[in-house]
Amino acid sequence: MQKSWWKILAAVLVVYTAITGLLLEVPRLAILNETIRNLYFHVPMWFAMVVLFTISVWYSVRSLSTQSEADDVRAVESANTGIIFGILGIVTGAVWAKFTWGQFWSFDPKQNFAAISLLLYFAYFVLRNAIDEEQKRSKIAAIYNIFAFPMMIVLLFVLPRLQDSLHPGNGGNPGFNSYDLDSRMRMVFYPACLGWILIGYWVYTLRFRTKTLENKQNTL
Amino acid sequence: MQLAQQVKHLIKKEIILEWRSKYALNGVLLYVVSTVFVCFMSFQVVEKITWNALFWIIMLFASINAIAKSFLQESRGRQLYIYTLVSPAALIIAKTIYNSLLMMLLTVIALAFYSLVFEPSKDIDILMYLLAAVLGSLSFATIFTMVSAIASKTGNGGMLMAILSFPIIIPVLIVLIKFAKNAIDGLDRSVSLDEIGLLAVINVIVMTVALLLFPYLWRD
Repeated sequence: MQKSWWKILAAVLVVYTAITGLLLEVPRLAILNETIRNLYFHVPMWFAMVVLFTISVWYSVRSLSTQSEADDVRAVESANTGIIFGILGIVTGAVWAKFTWGQFWSFDPKQNFAAISLLLYFAYFVLRNAIDEEQKRSKIAAIYNIFAFPMMIVLLFVLPRLQDSLHPGNGGNPGFNSYDLDSRMRMVFYPACLGWILIGYWVYTLRFRTKTLENKQNTL
Repeated sequence: MQLAQQVKHLIKKEIILEWRSKYALNGVLLYVVSTVFVCFMSFQVVEKITWNALFWIIMLFASINAIAKSFLQESRGRQLYIYTLVSPAALIIAKTIYNSLLMMLLTVIALAFYSLVFEPSKDIDILMYLLAAVLGSLSFATIFTMVSAIASKTGNGGMLMAILSFPIIIPVLIVLIKFAKNAIDGLDRSVSLDEIGLLAVINVIVMTVALLLFPYLWRD
């Protein structure tokens, strides 16, 4: 019970944001109107994804020096969970875009870059499947993971700033910055980010544990 | 000091090997020439945007073909021999420098032939376009060299080379195409400073990561 306080916190936070996010007052901004509530559900997905991919890279770096199987499994499973959050981020973004931009997918730079950054991680899994030998697989996959991570950062955080995008926060569209996000929204937005990051971490630990058990069963 | 000596000798070895067979150079030149001809026969006349896009697509595939062989082609015995002689850092530096030189030569020849067949637009800034071509070949060389090293470890390298390198090269390609388009439109040179800076930063990151990771990748 003492060790699971953060799981309870995660569940409470996510339930809290789901309720308050839909019920509380939000500022009326042009174009966005009520869809601004998507901020509570769409943006935390990306935060959770980046955190999970960072964990994945961290364990990839460790597995290069320790050569331990557990580190490798951790790297894979956090990347796996990160991909789920990335897909959820794209889907919530696409649904929102349907109601504000008129189309699910309008080839906005932000959408494209998000999709490409997921491709990076799909390539990571293709690479893993291509190698049979376990030691070699963990080493080479770890190297590719570390190599791809800076590119994902460039794709998600640098390139969209150089291009014209309709995404809130770009090119003068109202979005996530100091004067648009008033204190009422902060009350929901920050807990939402923390809650979803914790949920993501929780999913990752569960996946890691089941995978370790599976591996153990296979070796017996 | 010793590192510089090793790098020098390795580059010399690559150049001599290439000069004896002229396999990469001739093969890729033939590839570029025939692709440009096919494009000429199907397009006849191209617009400015198509002119730029077509050039980079041709260069992308030419460079993958040229660089993929840098590690895939080495036999196991020779790799083992080099391993006993030089440090891994020297090898990756030498391969990257050699591939950059090869790519620059190829790109300049290809650009010359390409503009002979398809007339470039009148207000093109030739110097800037050349700079874009050189920076592009440099980025292709640094990224593909490392990916080719990773792919060569997997067994069926040729197939994986494309899967692993495309998601990584797309962000670079987007910046490159934008930079090259500024040059074609003859925009003021200060407009492209952002892109030049970003390309330089990406190259530096890729080189550092490659230098750090290659020693792990190399030993089996």
